[in-house]
Amino acid sequence: MKKIQLILENGDVYIGDSFGADLTNIYSFGEIVFNTSMTGYQEILSDPSYCDQMVVLTYPLIGNYGVNKDDFESVSPALKAVIVREACGEPANFRSTESLGSLLKKFKVPGISGIDTRKLTKTIRNSGSMKAIFAPLDYPKHNLDIILKSEMPKDQIKRVSTTSPIHFPGEGKRIVLVDYGYKKNILKSLLKRNCDVIVVPFNASFETICSYNPDGIMLSNGPGDPTDVPETLPVIRQLQDKFPLFAICMGHQLLALANGAQTVKLKFGHRGGNHPVKDLKTNRVHMTSQNHGYAVVTESVGKTDLEISQININDNSVEGLRHKTLKSFSVQYHPEACPGPEDTAYLFDDFLNTVGV
Amino acid sequence: MAKLAHIKKVLVIGSGPIVIGQAAEFDYSGTQAVKSLIEEGVEVVLINSNPATIMTDKETAHKVYIEPITPEFITKILNKERPDGILATLGGQTALNMAMKLADSGVLKKLGIELLGCNLDTIKKAEDRKLFKELMQEIGEPVPASAIVEDLDTAIKFAETIGYPVIVRPAFTLGGTGGGIAKNKDELLTITTSGLNASPIHQCLIEKSIAGFKEIEYEVIRDKNDNCIIVCNMENIDPVGVHTGDSIVVAPSQTLSDRDHQMLRSSALKIIRSLKIEGGCNVQYALDQHSFQYYVIEVNPRVSRSSALASKATGYPIAKIAAKIALGMTLDEIINPITKNTYACFEPALDYIVAKIPRFAFDKFPTANRRLGTQMKATGEVMSLGRNFEEAILKAVRSLETGLYHLDSPAIKKLSEEELEKKILAQDDERIWAIAEGIRRDWSLEKIYKLTEFNYFFLNKIKNIINHEVLLKKTGKLEKDLILKVKRIGFADQTIASLLGITSQEVMDFRLQHKITPVYKMVDTCAAEFESSTPYYYSTYEDEDEVTETTKKKIVVLGSGPIRIGQGIEFDYATVHAIDAIRSMGMEAIVINNNPETVSTDFNISDRLYFEPLTPEDVYHVILREKPEGVIVQFGGQTAINLAAPLQKLGVKILGTSLENIDRAEDRKQFEKLLKDLKIAQPLGTAVNSMSEAQNAAAALGFPVMIRPSYVIGGRAMEIVYNEAELTSYMTNTVQVNPEHPVLIDRYMIGREMEVDAICDGETVVIPGIMEHIEKAGVHSGDSIAVYPPQSVSEKIQMDLVKYTNDIAKALKIIGLINIQFVINNDEVFVLEVNPRSSRTVPFLSKVTNLPMAKMATKAILGESLLKQGHKAGLHPVGREIAVKAPVFSFAKLSEVDIALGPEMKSTGEVMGKDFIYEKALQKAFIAAGVSIPQSGTILVTIADKDKEEALALFKRFYRIGFSFAATEGTARLLHEIKIPAKVINRIDQGEHDIMSEIRSGHIDLLINTISKSKNVESDGFKMRRAAVERGIICMTSLDTAEALLKTLEMNSFVMEPLV
Repeated sequence: MKKIQLILENGDVYIGDSFGADLTNIYSFGEIVFNTSMTGYQEILSDPSYCDQMVVLTYPLIGNYGVNKDDFESVSPALKAVIVREACGEPANFRSTESLGSLLKKFKVPGISGIDTRKLTKTIRNSGSMKAIFAPLDYPKHNLDIILKSEMPKDQIKRVSTTSPIHFPGEGKRIVLVDYGYKKNILKSLLKRNCDVIVVPFNASFETICSYNPDGIMLSNGPGDPTDVPETLPVIRQLQDKFPLFAICMGHQLLALANGAQTVKLKFGHRGGNHPVKDLKTNRVHMTSQNHGYAVVTESVGKTDLEISQININDNSVEGLRHKTLKSFSVQYHPEACPGPEDTAYLFDDFLNTVGV
Repeated sequence: MAKLAHIKKVLVIGSGPIVIGQAAEFDYSGTQAVKSLIEEGVEVVLINSNPATIMTDKETAHKVYIEPITPEFITKILNKERPDGILATLGGQTALNMAMKLADSGVLKKLGIELLGCNLDTIKKAEDRKLFKELMQEIGEPVPASAIVEDLDTAIKFAETIGYPVIVRPAFTLGGTGGGIAKNKDELLTITTSGLNASPIHQCLIEKSIAGFKEIEYEVIRDKNDNCIIVCNMENIDPVGVHTGDSIVVAPSQTLSDRDHQMLRSSALKIIRSLKIEGGCNVQYALDQHSFQYYVIEVNPRVSRSSALASKATGYPIAKIAAKIALGMTLDEIINPITKNTYACFEPALDYIVAKIPRFAFDKFPTANRRLGTQMKATGEVMSLGRNFEEAILKAVRSLETGLYHLDSPAIKKLSEEELEKKILAQDDERIWAIAEGIRRDWSLEKIYKLTEFNYFFLNKIKNIINHEVLLKKTGKLEKDLILKVKRIGFADQTIASLLGITSQEVMDFRLQHKITPVYKMVDTCAAEFESSTPYYYSTYEDEDEVTETTKKKIVVLGSGPIRIGQGIEFDYATVHAIDAIRSMGMEAIVINNNPETVSTDFNISDRLYFEPLTPEDVYHVILREKPEGVIVQFGGQTAINLAAPLQKLGVKILGTSLENIDRAEDRKQFEKLLKDLKIAQPLGTAVNSMSEAQNAAAALGFPVMIRPSYVIGGRAMEIVYNEAELTSYMTNTVQVNPEHPVLIDRYMIGREMEVDAICDGETVVIPGIMEHIEKAGVHSGDSIAVYPPQSVSEKIQMDLVKYTNDIAKALKIIGLINIQFVINNDEVFVLEVNPRSSRTVPFLSKVTNLPMAKMATKAILGESLLKQGHKAGLHPVGREIAVKAPVFSFAKLSEVDIALGPEMKSTGEVMGKDFIYEKALQKAFIAAGVSIPQSGTILVTIADKDKEEALALFKRFYRIGFSFAATEGTARLLHEIKIPAKVINRIDQGEHDIMSEIRSGHIDLLINTISKSKNVESDGFKMRRAAVERGIICMTSLDTAEALLKTLEMNSFVMEPLV
């Protein structure tokens, strides 16, 4: 099997087996993060929020049940690399159509297997998410150093968002879903509830959105730093004044920024399917699926018209916000699951209950 | 949301003796629960009849009652102690059944005692098949088509409407006792009959068979605020059809997509919420391999074997958390004991794979039906952790200690193609070895899938193991990259050596030279996301080692591996005590063990836990990493003792009694010389290496002789042989004779058997007590009823025993524990056996004498003399109480196993009864052991010629207190001669009212049957004994046991004699 190297910003080098796309003369550059979900690799690798990231899957056996045609969260993966301990070449599941490696090859995403992913995870935990590069063993060292010193791009949302509106007809309430890099299952969760959904580009104007006569607005998840898209904030302010609004992940962070709160980059983020979140009103704790590198600063919420509705019980970070007077609320995690627990799917119902009332 | 303020005192019910289906896991969960309650300031009262447990140490709870677990005894305790609540969800099915009975009897209501953790309604909904099915239908969870039956006709009618095969599941039984899969009407009749008998409410569920589906389990926890989490899910490699306790299991699930997993996860949460369980719960599913179709198979509304496994697999202590929840605490306020800075309300993320393989006792029961089905047969299990499937499964294989180091069995290798296919279809405990052999023979995976329905994922992994065997053979020599590769997928040095035709020492030397050694990874519940310091490790071949360096002195204690007959929880008890003693002396205790059920593998118990196979290679690697002062081998049973020699050869220091002295006790010739020098008698005997030597030896000693292979556990393959023909048969069929493994032949001495455990520090010998066995020599000591102090042996003999124990311990320079078994023949003391290690009776004797024997021994091993510890040399003074240890068997679970007692050990567990009056102590022991003593009724007696005189004397006494008799003609005549009326019944198949029909029709209340060596008679005896087991009738094969029972009856009965 062909060897490939993974070099971290801190100088650590991992040499493992190449799988997926073949990197012969080229390299792959991105931010390295880890996800602790034990299932759901297909959903993870096709989640647009991983744009420009290299994902370490901490569960060591990946690819066991293959990939299938149903479980994509976007049309094509936006991530830069998949890092695993072992990639299964002979998957077995009734829905499996091909192996993980063959899928990655098709989408030109490189993968590395056979490395000590626990050691790598601990490095990320201790030193924080960092830049990393994936390259053939003989790639000139000098070039690698230059690349590792370069800045990460800041246009991820632009790259993953749709450029023109798309209509998914339904008989129920009309929801405009603002696409910062939405996961398919947000759309599916709305369609399942009979919504008529129009997906619009991240930079759609207030007027354009109003022209669709929506009953409610959803702000989607998406990749990168929320402060990279300040142009979205005035639109969100106008939208929340006029429509019931529900925001997820990136959408949640943008809602916070739009209302005057601040966001901060977390050391290594929350990525996995086991994050306990407490609803401060009911005192109930739910297991949630998460994928975010930034978070809303707790102290910054006090000065705004928002209130903290949910917190992470491990680190007390902000997991949910609610507007004190308007019908808008948001969560940092993924109630649409895929992958992860379905505990909070009821939030879609809660949202739709506020729509058109 | 703090704990319930009014619950200040709680009674915890344990699970009683170890039986198949209910083993050491409940000592682990019970001990954890009690500690957890005490942490919250609750006063804990505990009841358990099993003395071999850590939970029954008086230090564990505020008050410990070692009493029979019956509604009557518990009610007495409730009246005396007046607790505010009862916790019955941590003591297995036994405790749960008690909770139901106590609630039904009204005593809880009368005394105002709350049932904690789950209410009566919940238990009934989960346990009663009908209510459970109704609930599932109500909440829209699919269950296989089924019907509750209480008679055979209904069963047949229903089976015919849904079609065969069907599964029969008796209600309220342990480990599926009495159930099975029926493929046709005949099988249905047989299984339903035994199922109805096994069910205490005479009820069975007949269910559509979904054999071949994936079997998946979820471990769920819920609190009173309705917060729910899944601790872990597990996938059985054996598809539905084999009891999960008998299945090879991996955690987490390997072949489920996120969608499959979330579907079942959401279902499991829905179920626990609908049942309103406050605590732990286990939900079992069948999932179609070809669609999303699933069925709920079963729900256990309590902590179970699976939850113990899940706790060890994830590091998440389910029992501890469940106990706090039972007190009214919620998951989001209980601190996560692993990270110590997050909360218990999260779902563990694993970054390794766990494999569990069950351990069976078929090596001891050659006649048993090995086919696995819905009735659990395993006595124990091993667990291993790895970073890939192959590594985990191969580590588990060598943890089993069946002599196999790999998925390669010489016996299966010998099978023809046809035999191999049959072997795979036989669905027995060796199926995975047969599958590996099929793959080795290039059988297609499709063919194997058709035979087994094992998911292709697992078959491909086994194939990968075989591919690497081929690669090694092809390479033909030690080659660095390849060796690293095969070590990464779990190959043992021994496997590599045999494939390359070299010695394992050569493999190890090569590896050490090339630095191919394992690293140790931490089990932290969170896949390294959070910093933790769990002292719980497993080996793997990767880059980073996570063991933290410490400066304290370290001592390694070897555990005893899986629970099997002959090596049970007693050794885990001693191991845990050794750990405590090491820590109390300011040193670090490091444990190596592989049994997920036990207290010793709770990572809170030791300073460091290595979950590893107990083989020289795996243990040596830990020692290389830890560099301890030395290794203690005497608490881990024969498993650990057997490691002493190979470890010492590798330069490891063995602490305590030296290897040379261990050998002097275990090696026949050296031992003979030792006794001769000490002028202590032993039954004449000799070691033989061939058939002709055996014949000569037997002729010289005179029949009957006791015959056995050397170095065995629990009297395996030990027999009493009465004549030359039997000797020939034994030498050809039972053992393989070779110069390395001689066979031992001793004169069989009839007499009272005595047992002594002692502690020695090299100079002082402390003897906690002498135990007398009720059954005469010939019945394995582990199957005998033991009494402390002796009741029928003279002071002089007791003094002889003390002297001999002293002499032997000193001569063997014992440092630590020693166990000696004696036989008294014509007032003369003979030594039968010396075990230079902790024994089965250590926990029992520790409890009755209040001397912490294993702790004393450990301190002695570590250099603190017994005198300095404050103990006096010699025999410990006897107190007022009399304690009886009685064996408990699992015969109902093992069909086609002979229940007759003999030199081969058969019991799985033990109970203790104590009182100030001997007969009362005996009676308590019988009750605790589940022997339902008939107060009157009919005794069926069949007696061997040699026992007639003794037997008739007993029968007279039974007759005097009102029992009547049934017997076959010969025995009936003898009874008539002494003027005891007896109903004459026919021998088996000799007419209408034969023995079998008498037993089956319920006319017999007790069976006394002594073993005759005549083969024809014996096969009848076997059938009769099995029939009794299946009908739940007590069967005594030793007149000594019968007499003990009689004594308790006589105490309670009035003599019925007319005037003369």
